[in-house]
Amino acid sequence: MTLTVKARQTLGEFVLDAGFTSDGGVTALFGPSGSGKTSLVRVIAGLSKPEHGRLVVDGETLLDTESRIFVPKHRRRFGYVFQESRLFPHLSVRQNLAYGRWFAPKTAAPENFDRIVELLGIGLLLDRRPGKLSGGEKQRVAIGRALLSAPRLLLMDEPLAALDDLRKAEILPYLERLRDETSTPIVYVSHSVSEVARLADNVVIMKDGQVEAVGTPSEVLSMPSTERRDAGVVLTGTVETIDIPHRLATIRLAQAQIVVPNARVEEGRSVRVHIPERDVMVATQRPEGLSALNILEGAIAAIEPDGDGMVRIRIRCGGDMVLARITALSADRLDLRLEKPVFAVIKTVALER
Amino acid sequence: MAATDGDRRLDWLALSDEEWTAIRLSLKVSAVAMIVSLPFGIFVAYLLARGKFWGKSILNGIVHLPLILPPVVTGFLLLILFGRRGVIGAFLSEYLGIVLSFRWTGAALACGVMGFPLMVRSIRLSIESVDRKLEEAAGTLGAGPAWVFITVTLPLILPGVIAGMILAFAKAMGEFGATITFVSNIPGETQTLSAAIYTFTQVPGGDAGAMRLTLVAIAISFAALLASEFLAYLIGKRVHIE
Repeated sequence: MTLTVKARQTLGEFVLDAGFTSDGGVTALFGPSGSGKTSLVRVIAGLSKPEHGRLVVDGETLLDTESRIFVPKHRRRFGYVFQESRLFPHLSVRQNLAYGRWFAPKTAAPENFDRIVELLGIGLLLDRRPGKLSGGEKQRVAIGRALLSAPRLLLMDEPLAALDDLRKAEILPYLERLRDETSTPIVYVSHSVSEVARLADNVVIMKDGQVEAVGTPSEVLSMPSTERRDAGVVLTGTVETIDIPHRLATIRLAQAQIVVPNARVEEGRSVRVHIPERDVMVATQRPEGLSALNILEGAIAAIEPDGDGMVRIRIRCGGDMVLARITALSADRLDLRLEKPVFAVIKTVALER
Repeated sequence: MAATDGDRRLDWLALSDEEWTAIRLSLKVSAVAMIVSLPFGIFVAYLLARGKFWGKSILNGIVHLPLILPPVVTGFLLLILFGRRGVIGAFLSEYLGIVLSFRWTGAALACGVMGFPLMVRSIRLSIESVDRKLEEAAGTLGAGPAWVFITVTLPLILPGVIAGMILAFAKAMGEFGATITFVSNIPGETQTLSAAIYTFTQVPGGDAGAMRLTLVAIAISFAALLASEFLAYLIGKRVHIE
């Protein structure tokens, strides 16, 4: 699957002028509220028409303002999961799920109803009405409804933003399964670093209606230009052991291993860990008598002052790079220099997924 | 009629054939007026609620005219337009064989026109309250505009549609001025319940008949109201749970 979109649209004071290309997988549109992520996804879905724009999916042009092509939303066959689920109140969950199938072309690969229901864990809800569901349940049904319309692309517009942390933790594993077990490419809009870090294969960072950066999560989320509270690194590893009594999981990275709170993972599964740079401490000696479970040994690869009293330290730990954000004063006191051996200290609690 | 005192006491409540005819005619006229105007009502309400076109306020004004004008004026306008020599009436009788003046169909037309603004108002309000985000969602699931209307909009506005139908029916049952002006007061053809009551009050000794028909009118109106409340409750239970 290839998707190329480019759009320019004036919405009052705001000007959207952005575009990107995706080759499948999960592409995250990431940025603060009001950066134009939703406007861009609405253009892709055909819910709004830009003044100038082009959208090509697998060689088929769905939008081209220059040659006046505009395929209406119901003929694009893109599933759309909205922030507020938008289930039909007059239909049962089962009828909501089946709604899109009426209109899907008969030639489309029929998504297996039972498999989707099982994947999203909504089997017990089928005969209920949407009004009787919790927020998390509604959102899972909405995802199922979009998937069952046999879409060639799934657009998810902050599907977790309206939910509390508990519900988010309930749905995220389903989204990971969705990514790993279905072949439908996904465009995922979010302003949450942890969601993007966990789900995305590619990240498009947006700011003020424009694309600021494009890359893999580990590339873009650690870029110095991105001034974000949650900046940090995303490391990929394998779940090695699970400590059930303490509810912890050990994850093997390139060489080092780290301990994270056990968030319903299985042994052997590949996972991503997002380590926010502000949650990493730097020590010049191996600390003792400390509650933090993760002490990684490494050497300083780079020191980047931000000119505002803070310093970003890149620490090479085996094959992985960890970022630490500390004050310039601490960096001076510890006499941090390139290639100096140091220890990165990370509280396990900071890695709660 | 020779009858004993006892019989007479019972007779007081018994409806004569003429009275039954008036009741049946009234029900028929009102039901036809309601059902025939329904598709037009939904269409116009949709136009007024969603449409953006030149002359929208003019259309709105025309729809509301029967509510503001004296019914006799409406009846007279109908006579001019739909009478045998009227612009539309002549066309209808010549090419389609439909004659409205002094027929029960004309009474239904008059009743439908008088009830139309009430029906449109009710349906329009319910269309305006539909969450358009749901229609947008239906579109992304592959439903074209017509299917979105049938599968999402229509079920959601059903309570408003039923309320509009009942209002139009009730208005038709009570309609008098426009009907009597347009199609006169012919027993068995255009003499509706209201017209029959009026006739009774105009003849000496007609009070009993007027009273009987009044009771019937009250009973029918009440039944219609209860039925609409019940239907709205059933549908509301299905639609407005969130």
